[in-house]
Amino acid sequence: MLSDKDRIFTNLYGRGDWDLNGAISRGQWDGTKAILDKGRDWIINEMKASGLRGRGGAGFATGLKWSFMPKTSDGRPHYLVVNADESEPGTCKDREILRHDPHTLVEGCLIAGFAMGAHTAFIYVRGEFIRERQHLQAAVDQAYEAGLIGTNNKNGWDFDIVVTHGAGAYICGEETALLESLEGKKGLPRLKPPFPAAMGVYGCPTTVNNVESIAVAPTILRRGASWFAGIGRPNNVGTKLFCISGHVERPCTVEEEMGITLRELVEKHAGGVRGGWDNLLAVIPGGASVRCLPASLCNDLVMDFDSLMKLRSGLGTAAVIVMDKSTDIVRAISRLSYFYKHESCGQCTPCREGTGWMWRVLERMADGQAEKREIDQLLEVTTQIEGHTICALGDAAAWPVQGLIAHFRGEIERRIDSYQGVRPTVGEPLIMEAAE
Amino acid sequence: MSVRRLAEQQPASFAFSEDNLAWAKREMAKYPAGRQQSAVIALLWRAQEQVGWVTEPAVRYVAELLGMARIRVLEVATFYTMFRLEPVGSKAHIQVCGTTPCMLRGAGELKRICGERIRHDQFHLSADGAFSWEEVECIGACVNAPLVQIEADTFEDLTPAIFNKLLDDLAAGRPVKPGPQIERQFSAPIGGATTLTGEIYRPGPQPWTPPAPPAPPLTDDSAKKPTEGASQREAPAPKPPIQANLEDKKPNPVSKV
Repeated sequence: MLSDKDRIFTNLYGRGDWDLNGAISRGQWDGTKAILDKGRDWIINEMKASGLRGRGGAGFATGLKWSFMPKTSDGRPHYLVVNADESEPGTCKDREILRHDPHTLVEGCLIAGFAMGAHTAFIYVRGEFIRERQHLQAAVDQAYEAGLIGTNNKNGWDFDIVVTHGAGAYICGEETALLESLEGKKGLPRLKPPFPAAMGVYGCPTTVNNVESIAVAPTILRRGASWFAGIGRPNNVGTKLFCISGHVERPCTVEEEMGITLRELVEKHAGGVRGGWDNLLAVIPGGASVRCLPASLCNDLVMDFDSLMKLRSGLGTAAVIVMDKSTDIVRAISRLSYFYKHESCGQCTPCREGTGWMWRVLERMADGQAEKREIDQLLEVTTQIEGHTICALGDAAAWPVQGLIAHFRGEIERRIDSYQGVRPTVGEPLIMEAAE
Repeated sequence: MSVRRLAEQQPASFAFSEDNLAWAKREMAKYPAGRQQSAVIALLWRAQEQVGWVTEPAVRYVAELLGMARIRVLEVATFYTMFRLEPVGSKAHIQVCGTTPCMLRGAGELKRICGERIRHDQFHLSADGAFSWEEVECIGACVNAPLVQIEADTFEDLTPAIFNKLLDDLAAGRPVKPGPQIERQFSAPIGGATTLTGEIYRPGPQPWTPPAPPAPPLTDDSAKKPTEGASQREAPAPKPPIQANLEDKKPNPVSKV
């Protein structure tokens, strides 16, 4: 278990003050100028050496991402955009940073902005997080007032932070949709390339990072890349905020080392699965858009990017949704399909039509009112959506359904059998009409 | 995607109050010149706060203020689901999170209670016009599930009994306490945190020097007299900046969640 001395978010539960004085008493804003004085290349190399992988879900190396920004400006300003549009079901880690430790993020913005030659950062907070946004804005104001950011600040790098917000669109967590929304448009993802590092917000070089990726940077640079790289497992290093929700005794958000086992995480911090470990049915290990895993795979499950990838699931945002044996798993996944149907931006046909189609079929399957061959048909539709859309929402909508069919096909078939046991098979034309 | 349209009955006009207009100008100035369109979500939001929902005149008003085509603002108003396109309950509009993590912990019960106590269908006013409700997608506080959001505040860790009492309190106009509704500190586990109980890491003892106030500007009196030699000055050199007490500089507190 991670020792308290190695935790980055030391005010996770809001026991200390979240404001500037509280942040300074916890060691933030300590020697920020000395870090900047070491130069842009040193910061980027140190971030690369730390092995930090982006905490927004995809796990792309943060230092590498920063290095994609042009070294010199061609006249266009550079921008840092922080993605605080945390809407992945199960995920509530950035909320704790924004409301209880906002100065980690403000300081991180300054350092990251310096490293990529940006003088302005936009922090895009999801619309629902109103109190959180107020805390963040107050923290930014405090930093301005104390001369830590702003023009001619004491850290020697002119820097402005603009806190902006959305209004309830999950898709705006996709980086290019976020940029569109930031420009005051509908959040429709853009085709890539051009990538944001070449053409981002207002057509200028932009890097979009998750809140947690930016907020851990100051501590990594203060304590050294080797400290961070020494926690966890190779290629999956550092600490991570885990959100454990669902059927556990004591749901919570907790900072732990990468590569902790699921069982240790759930039993040590969340009080164990409701009704004991043997009562576990399945977990969704990384937020709604990864494939669920049945209990049989969970005994020695290691929570990191690569281990979960091997099981065709993913760490995602490290939001663990635990489901015990009382769960109607088909209905639970169907509700996720409804979520994606609701949140699809409507730009690409496979996603716009497919998400609703999958939801309607799953709702029937939850009742057992389907044909067995429709399971394969559903699986095929998911592969028609996956990879055929501009952004990854199509993939994210397809994977939970694929996970369900891969691991709980028997359950769907059992329902179909028992439904047909009580009622004669509905005529095929009727069924097909309902499905298509 | 959800299909959303403006309400059929619309008021005749909309204009920002004086304070809101001043605020809107400041908001627009946050973005680079010519990019004031970036403020459209914030402005529509403020318009919604002013009258309770987003009206068609408000869409036109915001379009004019930002120099945008009306259709572009209408697109934004209908795309983002937190913009309410119909009037909502005068006392509270209850947003029940219904996504899987909340569903696993009993959001269905909360929806049933809303359906029974407010109105069977969401997005409709209760008989007395005081309440309305809707099922929303993930509010983002899944470890405190199930929860509802009312305006800026979330009410977390609900049970049917607590939720019924919350509705009673709102109806009677009694004060309600946002945040977790059970004995619990924010997102820490029930019964006390399992971490952050020991000593945390702090960088070496670094004395924190409070920000120095800017040096007072030179006044006309302290300027050199034209007849003097370059090495002479009449007034003494300006004093070094005064060390201010950090306590005096304490920023305005914002209400804690």
